[in-house]
Amino acid sequence: MDQSEQETTQTQLSKPAVLQDAQPQDVASAPTGAQIFETKGLSIYYGSFRAVTNVSLTIYENEITAFIGPSGCGKTTVLRTLNRLNDLIPTARVEGDVHYRGASLYDKDVSATAVRRRIGMVFQKPNPFPKSIYDNVAYGPRINGIRQKGKLDEIVERSLRQAALWDEVKNRLNKSGLSLSGGQAQRLCIARTLAVEPDVVLMDEPASALDPIATGKIEDLMREIKSRYTIVIVTHNMQQATRVSDRTAFYSVLVDSQNDTRTGTLVEYGRTQQIFEDPQDPRTQAYVTGRVG
Amino acid sequence: MMAAATEQPAVDLREPAGWRRTKNQIATVAMVLAFVVVLIPLGFVLYTVIARGASAISWSFLTGGPIPPNVLPAGTGGMGPAVIGTLEITGLAAVMAVPLGILGAIYVNEYGGRGPLAQVVRFMADVMTGVPSIVMGLFIFSIWVLHFGYSGLAGAFALGCLMLPVVIRSSEEMLKLVPDALREASYALGATKSRVTLTVVLPAALGGIVSGALLAVARAAGETAPLLFTILTVTSTNANVFSGANTALSTQIFANATQPYTGAQSRAWGAALTLIAIAFILMIAARFVTARFTRYSR
Repeated sequence: MDQSEQETTQTQLSKPAVLQDAQPQDVASAPTGAQIFETKGLSIYYGSFRAVTNVSLTIYENEITAFIGPSGCGKTTVLRTLNRLNDLIPTARVEGDVHYRGASLYDKDVSATAVRRRIGMVFQKPNPFPKSIYDNVAYGPRINGIRQKGKLDEIVERSLRQAALWDEVKNRLNKSGLSLSGGQAQRLCIARTLAVEPDVVLMDEPASALDPIATGKIEDLMREIKSRYTIVIVTHNMQQATRVSDRTAFYSVLVDSQNDTRTGTLVEYGRTQQIFEDPQDPRTQAYVTGRVG
Repeated sequence: MMAAATEQPAVDLREPAGWRRTKNQIATVAMVLAFVVVLIPLGFVLYTVIARGASAISWSFLTGGPIPPNVLPAGTGGMGPAVIGTLEITGLAAVMAVPLGILGAIYVNEYGGRGPLAQVVRFMADVMTGVPSIVMGLFIFSIWVLHFGYSGLAGAFALGCLMLPVVIRSSEEMLKLVPDALREASYALGATKSRVTLTVVLPAALGGIVSGALLAVARAAGETAPLLFTILTVTSTNANVFSGANTALSTQIFANATQPYTGAQSRAWGAALTLIAIAFILMIAARFVTARFTRYSR
């Protein structure tokens, strides 16, 4: 319990230490925050199969970064690399550099658990625990050692409010998390992620299973919380990317017809406006204008 | 463009007569038949045991003792010592086998994965399931009873050995049913592997694990062969399960039913009904426990 508190303080302390503010050369000169992630020449393998290759990008603080691209181009794989969730797949292997706030994520002595406490994730399919709504949200704080009822109550209410779910569930907090509708369940999962106050929230197509109204709620919520969190979102919905994201990374698939392998790679990365209005790569242009994919 | 204006030809949406419909009907009849065939022996066993055993059952039969010699008529003495023995021995066996089995299943499914040790444990559990129960009794006889004498504990060892593989395999199946999405959700909040297992995987699977374990216990409560060599089957109550010869309902059924005396036979039927009732109570308990642990799963 002490340990986790220590770790939290360390994060906060280390924030200003890595302000190597490399300003990207783009026209939209909005102020740019600290670098949260920096990947260089990232390749990800499953066994001998190279799923993703040559991904180099920088993700900035308090921004929403969208990953777009056709299916099988490795967006989700890259996302899961950012909080070491791919470690759970025994054959997965990472090559190249992934830095988080200046620290290498894949160093020998880095604890995946400590990484994931700072970098939370919301999954494509809502996956609430088969526990009460309250216990779902309190789960993260509890594993981090918070036991006092009063403090947990406070965290649960705050997280559910942030996720715009409080008013809908405040009278049935002891009901099962599985009793909620798809959109509510996804917002519960977001509340659960926010309850541990992560530094970064990774979202893997969080709205793909939801109707437009629930999607709209989740997008509003993303805009609302981005002042406190850094968000990386994978989406198949290009309108969603233009609506919420500050930067967009376009991935595509390299097909090697000789060996019959398909490898995802990063094609273009920049301000969302630039990617959609003035794409530099013909593949990006074909994709965002709807001619391909 | 009114709907009434265009006359549509009649559409026949019924399943057309033919081989396909016949196949469907044959399959349905076959399934109902199979169900009835399965029910016949079950109903027959229950009917016979209740019809023959109900008259023997009384409060003094369930609690009184000692168990009378075979030649005495029905209505004397009671099966109290055997009821106590069965509860003691099966209970002790469950205390040993169920936690071990669940831990084994957790290792095999959550930690071992495709590793060699997990494969060995899985394979051995399968082999152990196939060992005849009388062989398990002989095994305990040769490694325990020969050195330390007959006791309820020896019987519990034998029953525990029979329960263990069943508990491992049924618990493993339940753990497999827990979706990986739940594990990932927990990992993504920064939980360690033990936390994920204890706070997400186990609670999600607990209902199924408990009912599987209770089924194994109920099954073991009726085992006779492994007890023959291990508890000796005496006629008086032995409250100390750890030492001294003991007795149990199943072995009493065996000892009484093989006699020509009507009193002994009546006692055997009564003991059989008592045993079925104990198993039935365990099943109902399993249902309640399952319902309690799965109250959040829908």
